[in-house]
Amino acid sequence: MRASIRSLFKRQWREVRAVDGISFEIESGEVVGFLGPNGAGKTTTLKMLSGLLYPTGGAVRVLGHTPSRRERDYLRRMTLVMGNRNQLQWDLPALDSFELNRAIYRLPREEFRATRDELVELLDIGDLVRKPVRQLSLGERMKVEVVGSLLHLPQVLFLDEPTIGLDVTMQKRIRGFIARYNERYDATVLLTSHYMADVEALCKRVIVIHHGRVLFDGSLATLTHRFSALKTIEAVLADGETIRLQVPKNETSQATAKLLAEHEVTDLTVEDPPIEDVIEQVFASEAPA
Amino acid sequence: MSAETVRRREPWLRSMADFYLTAMRTQIQTQFQYRIPMYMYTLGMAAEPTIYLVVWGAIARSHGGAVNGITASQFAAYYIVWTLVRVMNIVFTPYGWEERIREGHLSGQLLRPMHPIHYDLADFAGQKIPWIVMYLPIGAGLWLAFHPAFHPRPLGVVVFLVAIWGAYVIRSFNQFILGMITMFTTRAGAIFQVWFLAELLLSGRLVPLTLMPHWSQSLASWLPFKWTFYFPIESLVGHMSNASLLAGLGFQLLWIAIGVLAVSGTWRLSVRHYAAVGN
Repeated sequence: MRASIRSLFKRQWREVRAVDGISFEIESGEVVGFLGPNGAGKTTTLKMLSGLLYPTGGAVRVLGHTPSRRERDYLRRMTLVMGNRNQLQWDLPALDSFELNRAIYRLPREEFRATRDELVELLDIGDLVRKPVRQLSLGERMKVEVVGSLLHLPQVLFLDEPTIGLDVTMQKRIRGFIARYNERYDATVLLTSHYMADVEALCKRVIVIHHGRVLFDGSLATLTHRFSALKTIEAVLADGETIRLQVPKNETSQATAKLLAEHEVTDLTVEDPPIEDVIEQVFASEAPA
Repeated sequence: MSAETVRRREPWLRSMADFYLTAMRTQIQTQFQYRIPMYMYTLGMAAEPTIYLVVWGAIARSHGGAVNGITASQFAAYYIVWTLVRVMNIVFTPYGWEERIREGHLSGQLLRPMHPIHYDLADFAGQKIPWIVMYLPIGAGLWLAFHPAFHPRPLGVVVFLVAIWGAYVIRSFNQFILGMITMFTTRAGAIFQVWFLAELLLSGRLVPLTLMPHWSQSLASWLPFKWTFYFPIESLVGHMSNASLLAGLGFQLLWIAIGVLAVSGTWRLSVRHYAAVGN
């Protein structure tokens, strides 16, 4: 309350750099995971790449365009899908929204119909696109939303948590669709997601950011290798009991040997820790004091 | 990220006409999903001019039948046509910009290769059609109740039909520019209030402009408001000469041209400040 009254007479301003000096390049056709905790700067970066935000410094180039200029040729070649946003006409079937997109993107009718039917078939949503959007479930809405965003066959896809809030089956469906679109059209995809299954299924490369800075840029395997100091050993004993051990990487062979020597083991696996744990490790190692 | 081939697309003019028709059709479909609320809304809209009509009619009668030469039945004609002009004048409100930004709708529009003003123009143009259909029985009811003095000339009718669309476009531009203030501050309501007060007094919305003091009539001539209410109404119910009618359309055209320049200039400035807050 005191702060509210004080703000009537004296405003306090603080400059916050949501993204600070990050730099990366993505090749055509790559699918890259863009990871970071909440507030890391992922969405801000995607908004800059899609031309929604005007960067206060630095340079951004996508498909030979400067996104903040918002040139129509650029906007026709990219899409930004945000899992928590719906751009479809709420009261009408998605087909009507698709038709509107056809007019906005100036798509020739024949080409549009062919693309629409192909995408609808790929996601198996033939019945859903004829129902008013308000009658669809969250997952169904997301599927038609994704199709609506791709009707102009963008070459670059910025996907901001496209599977947020969806059940496992629906997540898998969306993931499969993105993978197929990438293969079919050689599209470049930059994906943010808090579901590591999305990242593991789609991305060979990940960029990890935290506090607006890039912490890691490379393959998932390198990320695990660099940031995970532990291995997980899981052994199933003859009496049916399962033992799970986490040991330092350099002690893996000794620990395994000891386990085999001391117990009658029927099954044994040595794995890297789940990617969620690795990412958590990355964030923890860079967390501010 | 490297550049690839650009897809074939329809010619600009044809695709713009296609967009407007498609967006208008979409809006008509949407509006008919909400027939009862739409009728209630149109009915509510008729309340304001009916109050003005009743008050000014009573004043006219108490002043020996006319105020400043305007009779009760002329007031009736003015305010009944006012109602139709008001329906035509409904545009995206600047107050809606806050929600448009917060809910991410503006971001969605910015991602598309088309200036957002086209969505507003097309959407609200589409909404006019069901609204006018809804207005007709209300207008007929007002007609039967208040017996307006209505003797339009053919040129007046033609000018009116053009002028109501001109008024719609001018008001759309004005309020779009006003709404863009929200990109600089999300609490722009006070500024909007000042604007609407000026519009109420200087457009002929509250009273026919001829009843206003001379200085305010002169002031109104330099501002766009008059061309969005008073001129379309007067073109149908007033006694304007042919020259005045055509000059009026010319002034509307001038304000549309000013609006185009102002929208595009202000837009370029505003979009740099857009913080894409919300979704």
